[in-house]
Amino acid sequence: MIPAAFEYVRPDSVEEAVSALRQAGEDAKVIGGGQSLVPMLRLRLALPTTLVDLGRIEELRGVRDDGDAIVIGAMTTHHDVLGDALVQRYAPLVAQATETVGDRQVRNLGTFGGSLAHADPAGDLPAVAVALDAQMVVAGSSGRRTVPAADFFVDYLTTVLEPDELLAEVRVPKLDGWGVHYEKFHQTAQAWAIVGVAAAVRRSNGSIAEARVGLTNVASVPVRGRAVEAALAGGEASAGAIASAAEQAGEGTSPSTDLTGSAEYRQHLSRVLTRRAVSAAAGL
Amino acid sequence: MSVVEEHRPEVGNARLRKEDAHLVTGQTNWTDNITPPGTLHIAILRSPMAHARITDIDLGPARDRPGVVAVFSGRDVADEQGTLPCAWPVTEDMVHPDHPALAVDEVRFAGEAVAVVVARDTASAVDALEAIEVDYDPLPVVLDMEAAVADGSPLVHADKGTNSSFTWVFDSAEAGTGGSVDEALGDAEVTVSRRFLQQRLIPSFMEPRSVVVDPTGGQFTMWSATQIPHILRLMLALTTNTPEHKLRVVAPDVGGGFGGKLQVTPEEVITLVAAKRLHKPVKYTETRSDSLLTAHHGRDQIQQLDLAARRDGTITGLKVRLLANMGAYLGLVTPGVPLLGAFMFNAIYKMPAYRFECTGVFTNTAWTDAYRGAGRPEATFAIERMMDELAAELGMDPMEVRRRNWIAHEEFPFTTVAGLTYDSGNYEAATDKAMELFGYDALRREQAERRERGDPVQLGLGISTYTEMCGLAPSRVLGSLSYGAGGWETASLHMLPSGKVEVVTGSSAHGQGHETAWSQIVADQLGVPFEDVEVLHGDTRVSAKGMDTYGSRSLTVGGTAVIAACGKVIDKARKVAAHMLECAEDDLEFADGSFRVKGSPGSEKSIQEIALATFAAHDLPDGVEASLDSDATFDPENFSFPHGTHLCATEVDTETGMVKIRSYVSVDDVGHVVNPLIVDGQVHGGLAQGIGQALFENAVYDSDGNLLTGTFVDYTVPSPADLPAFTTARTETPATTNPLGVKGVGEAGTIASTPAVVNAVVDALRPMGVNDVPMPCSPHRVWQAIQDANGGASS
Repeated sequence: MIPAAFEYVRPDSVEEAVSALRQAGEDAKVIGGGQSLVPMLRLRLALPTTLVDLGRIEELRGVRDDGDAIVIGAMTTHHDVLGDALVQRYAPLVAQATETVGDRQVRNLGTFGGSLAHADPAGDLPAVAVALDAQMVVAGSSGRRTVPAADFFVDYLTTVLEPDELLAEVRVPKLDGWGVHYEKFHQTAQAWAIVGVAAAVRRSNGSIAEARVGLTNVASVPVRGRAVEAALAGGEASAGAIASAAEQAGEGTSPSTDLTGSAEYRQHLSRVLTRRAVSAAAGL
Repeated sequence: MSVVEEHRPEVGNARLRKEDAHLVTGQTNWTDNITPPGTLHIAILRSPMAHARITDIDLGPARDRPGVVAVFSGRDVADEQGTLPCAWPVTEDMVHPDHPALAVDEVRFAGEAVAVVVARDTASAVDALEAIEVDYDPLPVVLDMEAAVADGSPLVHADKGTNSSFTWVFDSAEAGTGGSVDEALGDAEVTVSRRFLQQRLIPSFMEPRSVVVDPTGGQFTMWSATQIPHILRLMLALTTNTPEHKLRVVAPDVGGGFGGKLQVTPEEVITLVAAKRLHKPVKYTETRSDSLLTAHHGRDQIQQLDLAARRDGTITGLKVRLLANMGAYLGLVTPGVPLLGAFMFNAIYKMPAYRFECTGVFTNTAWTDAYRGAGRPEATFAIERMMDELAAELGMDPMEVRRRNWIAHEEFPFTTVAGLTYDSGNYEAATDKAMELFGYDALRREQAERRERGDPVQLGLGISTYTEMCGLAPSRVLGSLSYGAGGWETASLHMLPSGKVEVVTGSSAHGQGHETAWSQIVADQLGVPFEDVEVLHGDTRVSAKGMDTYGSRSLTVGGTAVIAACGKVIDKARKVAAHMLECAEDDLEFADGSFRVKGSPGSEKSIQEIALATFAAHDLPDGVEASLDSDATFDPENFSFPHGTHLCATEVDTETGMVKIRSYVSVDDVGHVVNPLIVDGQVHGGLAQGIGQALFENAVYDSDGNLLTGTFVDYTVPSPADLPAFTTARTETPATTNPLGVKGVGEAGTIASTPAVVNAVVDALRPMGVNDVPMPCSPHRVWQAIQDANGGASS
């Protein structure tokens, strides 16, 4: 299929990009790796008047160390995220989830920031960002602002980004000595998650000192499993305790029904997969 | 004096395919690569409504768009487009509605073509579609077959007064092939009744359909991504008022079909009509979404089976009632597809009574037609599921139930209760080999252990002992089934002056490997090198007649025609050789490519020498024409009956419903094998598609009749990552009805694998009270089946 006609801008800097967005108005769209947007353009489900291509903005690529966090440039490809030593060392949960994104071709072109800004609740990275308390650095006409991941996702395919804003980079707090696991449940290798659960667990002696849980595709936005986290914190790192805590995983979810599963099934999967993800993260 | 080396047999040799080097290096000639100078491009506006009256179409604004050359609707071409053909009127009173390529007054499924833009480039054509205004007056929609045949249902074709196209019955008591099934059911010690849903599938060929028509030079040349250039040419001649001799159809490289390109499509007619109107070459290439929406779909049956048996497992009767979804219109062989299954529900089993009844039903959905196996997978699924259900009912091992009922090796040839005569088979040998490769007994022990300890991941074993009818088809049989053509195949052979060989086949390959297999056959028959044979096909100018490729027919029917053509060339060459060697024809023996005078070493002529001498024609015997060519047509006396035993082990996660195939063994008996590599490839691909139906694929409409699975994101075809490594093996029981002893393999894997997988899924869950899981056995459906069986106790 052939997209409808649009204007195309390829700026060299974030400032130029923001300026292009401001000039283009409400119906402009930012394109990163294009792995979600291009299919929508081809099916004419998205009809932007202008595409602002971030592909030439070098400052948006790469990962850097910034004290208690690592900072991942929005245009860093999934492939580059996977191979990055800082990500592997301080954010292995990001690496695990990234490895499940699409297929190799998609990971070579698709970007970390693009996945987050696209805000598909079935995407794998939003739940990870929410679980890890990532900070989203947004660039716009009036400068930069930082938005907690929990506040960044507003609705299905919708974020707090204003029409003249773009996601520039993401600060991911370092987790040292945590066990992590991303449990993606999908039938075919290339399919979206029916449900996914991101878990990070800090163990202390025989107990779980702290846990983070994020759920993929159980609501219009990624969901933080606060009730599960509370039930786990301070408890035993045992199969029984984790199973019991995982029973809380349906809280705060409002899954949809689609061809891959009913809402009821997704809530059931939330509990089963949370148990499995937390158990794996806890090393059980 | 020629040097003749001994010819090593090519048949049976796992030759790398001649086709592959150019296919995998992009040296291909797909239809979409063909763009004659000045080609115009088509975009098609499709109905967003499943059923509506078209009250008005405003084409004017589209005509003014840049690059647009012409715009037309169904009303504009109503007289030129004719009606799309259905070549299989299965009953005399079959309801057969007109099937316009472009809807004229009414649309009857979402995706039906409504208007056409022809422009200088595809982008302009697609953009201009948005300028066409269509007013639709919605009509009531009927999607469900049982609703469609109920009193008071909305009608897909109001003027026909019914949604039922036909009801076709085979009854063994009436046919004289067996007794009364109702008596068998009444007298049965045990009966098993089940209702199975054959979900709707979409044939997902790799190359989307494409068609180019060039009207240059006073004739129409159509290149099309089709399986059936010959049938297409004839049908277009009959339906669009194009003289057959003025129409050339070419199927260039064609990227798969699986039955999905066994069709005369609206797009082919539209492109032909546009080229006629505009006197310019015109091209249409569909998108994948167009393909999923409008290329004909497959399967889609509701099956009700009642099986009668004795307590010892012996089957005493089988009653089959089908509703088969035709969709909104009848395609080329739509009504015949479920009826191919009529002869296969009894499968490899002896049964004294059998009745089959099928009603074809119109609904507001894309029309259905052949998809890999065409009627036979549906039948095989149902009977193989029933065998497992009977075994469960009786507490017997499912293989034991099969052994008790199947036709024993020594009973062939065997005439079945459905009236077919199976010429050969050895179900015992295939099964023994499969059981050994599979490790059946060890897996049963592991299954018991897992059940014992309540493992959340349960193990299931699934069996499918299948047969199929291939080698379509004896023309007399097709006639008796009211099919509109014969089932023969042609071959022509040309010995070129330099000794190379051209063989022309009427069978039209689209991925099967004819060029390789036919070369192997000709190399052996004529004693020429494999490399010296060129196989030509898929162009009505090169091969004037043919019945094309479908129904696992090419080798059994077309390959036999090739052998006959070789025989005619050898016969003629013998005359020339006798003349050259100054001996009687009877004194000559032909082997390894040469005629030798018996008992006179050194006195010989190679077929290549004879080809050159015939071409020179300086000294030919009286009455021998100066060519070493032949034509042959072969019409089979009977079908061929491949069979085999497939065994599948699944691990089913009872917490999530996820099914993982742990191991899969197929032992197929396809008779003699010309090229083992090609056969293995056919089996692997067939298994992938059969497993696709069992676990992954499902074409779904919403309640308004919109296709929800319009991209590969939602219509989930499995990739290699989703499939296990297959263990494939063979037994060889040659067919007795053709000289090669071959039976066909194109559909075997698809036919056999679906029930093997589903039987394995159900077997894993049977202790939980599950006795069926509707296809595809997606995680959600498996989980739901568990919930339904135990009232949600494990949720």
